[in-house]
Amino acid sequence: MSDIGLYLHFPFCVRKCAYCDFLSFPATEEVKRIYAAALIREIRGYARAAKGHTVSTVFLGGGTPSIMPARQMKAIFQALYDSFEILPGAEITMEMNPGTVNESNLTFVFDHVNRVSLGAQSGNDAELLALGRIHTRRDVERSVQLLKDSGVKNLNLDLMLGIPGQTAEEWRSTLRWAIDLKPEHISAYSLQVEDGTEFRRLQKAGKLHLPDEDTEREMAALTVEMLEGSGYRQYEFSNYAKEGFLCRHNVRYWKRGDYLGLGLGASSLFEGSRWHNTRNLEHYFEHSSDPGQIVREMEQLDRRTEIEEAMFLGLRMSEGIEDAEFEARYGLSVFSLYGEIIERQIAEGVLLREGNRIFLSPRGIEVSNVVLADYLLD
Amino acid sequence: MDQSKIRNFCIIAHIDHGKSTLADRIIEQTGLLTEREMQDQVLDNMELERERGITIKAQTVRTVYRADDGEEYVFNLIDTPGHVDFNYEVSRSLAACDGAVLVVDSTQGVEAQTLGNVYLALDHDLEILPVINKVDLPSAQPDEVAQEIEDVIGLEAMDCPRISAKTGLNVHEVLESIVHKLPAPTGDPDKPLKALIFDSLYDSYRGVIVFMRVFDGSVRRGSRIRMMATGAVFEVTEVGTFGAGKFIPADELTAGMVGYLEASIKDMKMTRVGDTVTDADTPCAEALPGYKEPQPMVYCGIYPAETPRYPDLRDALEKLQLNDAALQYEPETSQALGFGFRCGFLGLLHLDVITQRLEREYDLDLITTAPSVIYKIYKTDGTVLDITNPTNMPDPSEIEHMEEPMVKAEIMVTTEYIGSIMTLCQERRGVYEETEYIETTRAVLRYKMPLNEIIYDFFDALKSRSRGYASFDYEFFGYERSELTRLDILVNHEPVDALSFIVYAPNAYKRGSQMCERLKKEIPRQLFDIPIQAAIGSKIIARETVRQLRKDVLAKCYGGDISRKRKLLEKQKEGKKKMREIGNVEVPKEAFLNVLKLDEE
Repeated sequence: MSDIGLYLHFPFCVRKCAYCDFLSFPATEEVKRIYAAALIREIRGYARAAKGHTVSTVFLGGGTPSIMPARQMKAIFQALYDSFEILPGAEITMEMNPGTVNESNLTFVFDHVNRVSLGAQSGNDAELLALGRIHTRRDVERSVQLLKDSGVKNLNLDLMLGIPGQTAEEWRSTLRWAIDLKPEHISAYSLQVEDGTEFRRLQKAGKLHLPDEDTEREMAALTVEMLEGSGYRQYEFSNYAKEGFLCRHNVRYWKRGDYLGLGLGASSLFEGSRWHNTRNLEHYFEHSSDPGQIVREMEQLDRRTEIEEAMFLGLRMSEGIEDAEFEARYGLSVFSLYGEIIERQIAEGVLLREGNRIFLSPRGIEVSNVVLADYLLD
Repeated sequence: MDQSKIRNFCIIAHIDHGKSTLADRIIEQTGLLTEREMQDQVLDNMELERERGITIKAQTVRTVYRADDGEEYVFNLIDTPGHVDFNYEVSRSLAACDGAVLVVDSTQGVEAQTLGNVYLALDHDLEILPVINKVDLPSAQPDEVAQEIEDVIGLEAMDCPRISAKTGLNVHEVLESIVHKLPAPTGDPDKPLKALIFDSLYDSYRGVIVFMRVFDGSVRRGSRIRMMATGAVFEVTEVGTFGAGKFIPADELTAGMVGYLEASIKDMKMTRVGDTVTDADTPCAEALPGYKEPQPMVYCGIYPAETPRYPDLRDALEKLQLNDAALQYEPETSQALGFGFRCGFLGLLHLDVITQRLEREYDLDLITTAPSVIYKIYKTDGTVLDITNPTNMPDPSEIEHMEEPMVKAEIMVTTEYIGSIMTLCQERRGVYEETEYIETTRAVLRYKMPLNEIIYDFFDALKSRSRGYASFDYEFFGYERSELTRLDILVNHEPVDALSFIVYAPNAYKRGSQMCERLKKEIPRQLFDIPIQAAIGSKIIARETVRQLRKDVLAKCYGGDISRKRKLLEKQKEGKKKMREIGNVEVPKEAFLNVLKLDEE
């Protein structure tokens, strides 16, 4: 009997944002309907494999899950309950775009969802416009109110720093504004310009004016300072939560708990293997009932890979890695395996150690790609 | 064999004008090879050459052509490299020929190297057959180019073959012209053996394989031969001719023929390229005019990026040297880089080609240090030192004076670029000697220049300032007294011996700050600030700082997809592997060479 998480991907959005390189695109109502049916077939296809597993976290991500018609979402949940043993206290998160919160999906949320992650991104309308968001500051405020009114007691706001044209002062007011909305959880991501996005095109044309490095670092420092000062604890690089409101589903990713990814392109870690689903929509429509046909890049993880993952995922969390826990799961001590690296990184000031627990310093978080790369084994 | 049925020739061309493609077509249409055997470019069989579009190691192919007159002709197509560093190789290949096919691109016209190659061929009294290539391209201007060949080079070109080597169009006409317009050899088969070694190859089973052109006499299995320069005597075990990439044994080689010879020769040094092979018992009266022995002009340190691979590097250099007599090396040690070799090269391109061959053919990861020339140091105690490695320079107090090697540089250029080339030469301490006009639009500039001013990037600068129209050759002529000093580079306060170099003293400040700026660009930001300083003795003359890395973090979690996170970290780690740790600073291995390339932009 083991516990798993479920991730359901909804690859649709009203409009592609300028920074977005996720698997998402606008779609007709017809396509959404076919997708829901295909997703239901996939869910039911897992019914047998799911026997003997409990589910304690479900995450509906995208894209924009909240643009799916409520009727179809209900059917999807029916399939989930039929096929998986979803525990009564399970955390069920849905990502919502503030521009798509309406009566019909609020009813659905009320019935099935107990955590909402709202893609607010900014409290500044000019910045929202620059990002290509479909909503305003006012829409966010209204959505928060509506969600609270409909009984959501666990709310996350996604925020973005380092937006083109953004100043540290503007970021401070976005933070202030977000804190005043009193969500239980805040994710603050630093904007990254990815290949294939509108921002990358602008950048290549020399037309993307990102805040300079010093400003960006000032913003990052402000984030920690203001959120921690308002009772949000930084429990991961970009994630802050009030006591008891960590996102259990995301924690599962960082602690390498099992999860099944359902839907187009979704990733899974299950019984020692990683894979992702096909990213071809037509192929998915046709074959979703048979997991074997849609699985791509299935990799049975060896011990070495598991250990590397445990390090570079585990060190993303503020609590870091506790040696006894690590040894119990992976059969050897981090200090025996990485002794030299740990010692050097502590001397460089990027890693801290308390008893037998290691975790990144604030400086270590800033340059974490460099720090974490050291834990890949030769 | 009847000499009138032999044609020994080479193909000369500016880079990319289609030399190798035409060679392929000739080989194809003479039919010794089936199409299946044809590699795309038979002559350029080294991977590296193909990528660079230049040919390094001279090779040769024998094909049989049945001409329209019904007779069979033997074509010996002798390949030539095409760059100034390899002029001695070109020269020895040309010496084996009687004629040359000159390929000119009908979309580009006559270019710098076209001329350079033509003059080299004329030096060797070769008959030249012009061919206008790429006439299938829409931008082809064959009439204009033919006119240009007549005007600029002075060759009859109006009736010359107009071809597309790519499609094979009119290649037949080239073959007929080779038969009718290029001369047959005219040696005397009854005289004592006189043959020119134009290349050689070492094979671990067969020993040295000598490539040669027989001018007079003949040679067969069992002949006793003598190398006239070295005096070595051998008994011939096999002679033969060249198929495409294959050795085909023959009974004998006679006057006019091109082929190979084996004689259980174990030592490459016994068979110098350019030497004359003659009969040991009845030698010919005098040797063929040899050409200058290749002398290394440029030295640099070559180190394995991973120290344990030192023995592999040594083995690889040993093997390369067997095929490339111009390469020299001896072991040296660097504090920064560990065990390696100080290697001597003909020039910077030669250096580049060798390092790339080491990396590709021997799978080595290398670090190369600043190239240096040979400086002469006259010490106060009266002794004279030859310095090829700046770190061996004695304390300034022990130096009475120093001398540096000078070259005579000849730069051929179209008149519109004379001004900018003269400026370049002045910047590089060139002393102007004369300008000679060849045509109204072309001239040769002659300068006396310090060699150390041309070994870094002079050729690149020349090309960029003349849009590729300048060609350049140089000849060593002696040492001159000069004011020189050693410039040291300190990274994070530690002197890096591999980056030290000797510089003309009045330029030291400028070079020092250029080096620091360049190094700043080469060293990636790290966890702490890294000062980069240039110093003469204990005096710091320039400084830059590589600012510490501010931010390098992947913020977002992608729905449990960790593959991109892993890829990013792997890339990071891979990058780190390519670095050399100096003190606690990671320096990319390319930095050691790139730091010397002055920006031309």
